[in-house]
Amino acid sequence: MDMLETGITRRGLMAGTGALVVSFSMGRALAREAAPQPAAPQPATPEPPALPGSLDDERFLDSWIRIDADNAVTVFTGKAELGQGVRTALLQVAAEELETDPKDIELVTADTGRTPNEGFTAGSQSMQNSGTAIRNAAAQVRAILLAEAGRRFGVPPESLKVENRTITAPDGRSVTYGELVSGQMLHVEAQPQSPLKDPGSFRHMGRPMQRVDIPGKVTGQPAYVHDLRLEGMLHARVVRPPSAAAQLSELDTTSIEAMPGVVSVVLDGNFLAVVAEKEFQAINAMRALSAASRWEEKETLPDQNDLPAALQNLEREVGTVAEAGNMPSFTGRIFAATFSRPYQIHGSIGPSCAVAHMKPDGTLDVWSHTQGVFPDRAAISEMLGMPPEKVRVIHMEGSGCYGHNGADDAAADAALIATKLPGRPVRVQWMREQEHSWEPYGPAMLVKVKASLDETGRIANWGYDLWSNTHSTRPGGAPALRGARHKAPPFPASPAKMQISPSGNGDRNANPLYTIANKRVLWHFLPDMPLRVSALRALGAYANVFAIESTMDELAILADADPVEFRLRHLEDPRARDVVQLAAEQFGWSNMPMPRNRGRGFGFARYKNLAAYMAVAVEAEVEPETGRVRIVRAVSAIDSGEVVNPDGIRNQTEGGILQTISWTLYEAVSFDRTRITSTDWSSYPILRFASIPDKVDVHIVGRPGQPFLGTAEAAQGPTAGAVANAVRNATGKRLYDLPLTRDRVRAAIAT
Amino acid sequence: MRIIRAFSFLLTLLLVAAVAFLFVAWRSEIPVDEQAASAAHPPELVAKGAQLAAVGNCIACHTVPGKPAFSGGLAVPTPFGTIHSTNITPDPETGIGHWSEAAFERAMREGVDRDGNHLYPAFPYDHFTWVTPEDNKALYAFLMTRQPVKAETPDNSLTFPLEFRPLLAGWKLLFFRKGQLQPDPGQSAEWNRGRYLSEGLGHCGACHTPRNSLGAEDVERHFAGGEAEGWQAYAIDENSKAPVPWDAESLAFYLRNGWHELHGVSRGPMAEVTGNLSLLPDSDIAAISIYVASLMGEPSPERLQKAEQLRAQFGGGRIIQASDSQTPPAPAASDHPGAAIYQAACATCHESGRQQPFGGLNFALSTAVHAPNPQNVVNVTLFGLPPADGKASAVMPGFAAMLTDRQIADLLAYMREQFSDEAAWQDLEAQVANTRSGKYHVAVRPSDGIERAPHNVGAKEE
Amino acid sequence: MAISLKVNGEDKRIDADPATPLLYVLRDDLALNGAKYGCGLGQCGSCMVVVNGEAVLSCMTPVMLMEGREITTVEGLGTIEEPGPLQQAFIEMQAAQCGYCIPGMMMSAHALLRRNANPSDEDIRQALGTNLCRCGTHMRIMAAIRRAGELMQAAGLPAAGEGRTG
Repeated sequence: MDMLETGITRRGLMAGTGALVVSFSMGRALAREAAPQPAAPQPATPEPPALPGSLDDERFLDSWIRIDADNAVTVFTGKAELGQGVRTALLQVAAEELETDPKDIELVTADTGRTPNEGFTAGSQSMQNSGTAIRNAAAQVRAILLAEAGRRFGVPPESLKVENRTITAPDGRSVTYGELVSGQMLHVEAQPQSPLKDPGSFRHMGRPMQRVDIPGKVTGQPAYVHDLRLEGMLHARVVRPPSAAAQLSELDTTSIEAMPGVVSVVLDGNFLAVVAEKEFQAINAMRALSAASRWEEKETLPDQNDLPAALQNLEREVGTVAEAGNMPSFTGRIFAATFSRPYQIHGSIGPSCAVAHMKPDGTLDVWSHTQGVFPDRAAISEMLGMPPEKVRVIHMEGSGCYGHNGADDAAADAALIATKLPGRPVRVQWMREQEHSWEPYGPAMLVKVKASLDETGRIANWGYDLWSNTHSTRPGGAPALRGARHKAPPFPASPAKMQISPSGNGDRNANPLYTIANKRVLWHFLPDMPLRVSALRALGAYANVFAIESTMDELAILADADPVEFRLRHLEDPRARDVVQLAAEQFGWSNMPMPRNRGRGFGFARYKNLAAYMAVAVEAEVEPETGRVRIVRAVSAIDSGEVVNPDGIRNQTEGGILQTISWTLYEAVSFDRTRITSTDWSSYPILRFASIPDKVDVHIVGRPGQPFLGTAEAAQGPTAGAVANAVRNATGKRLYDLPLTRDRVRAAIAT
Repeated sequence: MRIIRAFSFLLTLLLVAAVAFLFVAWRSEIPVDEQAASAAHPPELVAKGAQLAAVGNCIACHTVPGKPAFSGGLAVPTPFGTIHSTNITPDPETGIGHWSEAAFERAMREGVDRDGNHLYPAFPYDHFTWVTPEDNKALYAFLMTRQPVKAETPDNSLTFPLEFRPLLAGWKLLFFRKGQLQPDPGQSAEWNRGRYLSEGLGHCGACHTPRNSLGAEDVERHFAGGEAEGWQAYAIDENSKAPVPWDAESLAFYLRNGWHELHGVSRGPMAEVTGNLSLLPDSDIAAISIYVASLMGEPSPERLQKAEQLRAQFGGGRIIQASDSQTPPAPAASDHPGAAIYQAACATCHESGRQQPFGGLNFALSTAVHAPNPQNVVNVTLFGLPPADGKASAVMPGFAAMLTDRQIADLLAYMREQFSDEAAWQDLEAQVANTRSGKYHVAVRPSDGIERAPHNVGAKEE
Repeated sequence: MAISLKVNGEDKRIDADPATPLLYVLRDDLALNGAKYGCGLGQCGSCMVVVNGEAVLSCMTPVMLMEGREITTVEGLGTIEEPGPLQQAFIEMQAAQCGYCIPGMMMSAHALLRRNANPSDEDIRQALGTNLCRCGTHMRIMAAIRRAGELMQAAGLPAAGEGRTG
């Protein structure tokens, strides 16, 4: 890896600003994004002290914060705005510790040419990683500036006041940050401890702040990579094979090349695309090209009607996720059941899009809504056989992604096409049907639970077996990119490995947070992926919490206990108890009988068992004649640690609840033995306005001074459990298979 | 004197006639059954009743979309004014919670409510009279175990003097024959089962048979095509205009799935019928199909030959869907003013070859384009097929805001000319205008689904 | 083919294949960002614009049909410096997550509010029947549209019936 140390000056862009011009090596960043990571550590340098958040990886303060002579403040984050509002929250954090106004900060987000490498914007970790890094860096920068001002004024730094980027001495002399900064002042390694502000003196953190991106988005400003229009830009469309294993057998492109506006037909193995001057010309040429292509297809997909058997047949390895007490043995009151979850899509409303430009100097710029600019760069450069430093991946917003969707693939498509048409930028957008068919899906899962109660009505034994693929096949290399799999020669799929970690993957939240004496949790790992899968919001936590929370309600019934009380009976963590109690109280939880065909349901989890605490109670209405379920209201409580933007937490949690209602009631990818058959919103329906709840409430438990815990993925598991439990409560029937469609509910009622 | 005598004679005659009429018209009240709503019914009977209620499509008329099932209140426009469906939940005050089984049975068999009032034939007792006592028992058990809903039925608004219900006795004298359907021994048991379901509870003829000026089905023209809620109910006898003739197999597939690859998707009021039939066992679906297909007769050799061509062209194949599900617009095939609109706005989906039910149907296969009355294609062009609520369904946007009446008229005239050998439709523009304005009332629903979502787009009333 | 359009009050002349969906003309020829490609099938509403007062799916509308019609996109509702009432309401209610679907929602709402500045929740749900949101921002979108109605009424802006065409 050391050979890369001589790489480019990543802060070349900053040269000539008269402020901190810092060049530092790319070595570390490149080493970390290369995949797979080397297993053997380099020998014998002493471990540096651990630093807070992502500072541990990018240790220099000026990687995060730059102050120009004109007092302009720029903050850099390796995280990306995905519609979750992180841009606003990071500005609040930076403004707080820098004692300035958020509007006076320029925030630069994920860009391999400018920002720190923070891996992926995923897992509800942006605030833990980047928020923590920026907050600490900002506090340390403030301390450095105060010390410098104190030195200049000859007064102790504690006597200085700081407001709006200006430091004032007790005698009234003042100096701006910009006037103080010089040379390498901020090019210093961060310290493990930072003089963080006391939450009592916060001006920005912990208060609702309007999202900085919304005004532009509602007035038609360019906001997304889709809106990027570069001089001389061409429009491309890809033609994907009709099914994943299809091979191109016949193609005559003559008539297509003659179509109006067509610049080029790109054919590279099974990778097929067309480039035209105008967008609709590219679309028409794509349709003609698609019609002119012949493919040999193979039956490689499992039998959708017997998915549980198909999943169990794919099992190759078993890992222990958690064990406690004795090997569970089941006597007395026992509940046993099998739960399942289908393949589900991310379903961004805007299909994936990217722009790539192969420049005359032999470098390639790619604008993408990827969740990880650095890993995507590594994958793209590997695919193209280009050195990574010749590729720059710049994040621009896309439509909400909710995990690993087609973003990286579209970026690869654009890059692949651009390298064949050097000189002109190329914009690629996927069609709706392509997004539905080719994005990596949230994996199907199967869960078998068996649990028993002791005489006192506590859970004594718990056996939990889950069958799942990995939930992450993100770019870590070229094989993760669709284009790389299709081009010639193709990059073969890299085998998936089971990895059991505290935060979990397919096994995320498989280990219940509830106190249970004897338990065993196993992951039956399925390395083969007949349908391409990857990270979908919450990963395995969605299905695992659905199964666990469904089981908790059944056990509560066996124990003749109230579901909320039964949960509390098994919860020791006071923060867990707080959200459960708050949600129940705000909902008006009781055991009063509900009107006929109405039910209430409860769900709780601590995301990953180490992040945000979330509890939700819902009221469902079931129409027995049609099986239609509508969630009438949802009341939730969330503890995401220290609150930065309470309205951001509310917005994300409301969204999480509504999206999960849609997953849970309606959504399943459909396929025959060869092809995906759910290719648009008519064949893969999602929540529409007709079925939204009357009311969704989010109550925040603030924890000033505690670490950030993240928010965006906390709601999925608990909401799925609450919805299933409400249907159970309304109908008297337990449904085990997601989604809880009309037909399934109606059939269950009829039995 | 003679005049007076003659007058009093006439008066007497009139009085006698009136008394006789009232005697015929008069029906006794069946006493309140306080226990009716709380009586227990065996679950098997309730389950059987659920299936029968699905055959009867009861939920469609007796529910306002977004309101509780069976609670009534749906406005049913008729040539004689607007009738509101009644609340048939077991609510004692506003529903049928005080109805004994005998009262229910009488309503089904004779079209008389518990109080003894004659019911308007919008409630198709001319069909329901054939339902067997056992089936009525099951239906009763099903309805009496529904959730009681307190919902007053709005008053009807009918043209004078039709609000005077005893007059309905006269209508019944003319058009209603109470009775039981006698099996036709010359036909199979399946056929007879199909006949019982279709002609009785299924009341297919209520929509598919034309009505006379007094609103009664024209028995001479059984299944020759009628209308419902602003939609044409196609002829399902030998007059069927389906380009590929129906047979028992294709009908069964259509009734089971709500679509057929050579006929398209069910929509309008038929969507609810196919949506409901999903509760039925295959054997009943097959029986209905066998019976209805038998009434369509043997298609002519030319029709069969044409159908073979269509089948070869559009049947069974799987298109390559490697990009999206549309096809590039072709240049307009003629200088007909509708041709360019068709190519740009319709052909990209309707000629893409994407399979049913989600793809646009090729109009060479469309009964709507071949039908004598263009109403259905006018409706779909204007209002589209709204998405079903949380359920896979064909979706088509409406073109009302995009196309003027003239443009739609041109477009449909072109499609008629291009895809059928039938005579041109007349006065298209006016028909489009009346449909758009709501002068001609159309209920818009998603394809293949019983839509009961609150506020859902499928319930749009145009 | 040369086509004349009136977009956000301005006369535009563009040269395009007459079958080109309005969406691509707005985005690529006129560089307007508001209307978004979402499905190209009329199923999601991201491309919604208002034509002569009514909500229209621009992805399904051949531009040749728009000759002489008045087209409004979200850019026509106000600017970032001076947002119109609907834009103000969406900002005030923070009614966006990723925001991709929002301009389409706003155009459906705009057509509704022109007819009825005081819509019921049911009216709003009905008017947004075509529009999909994946982030789950529905509750805020509803609130923003109600709020926009209030702002429009307070400002005495035109509502009922104006601009409807046959």
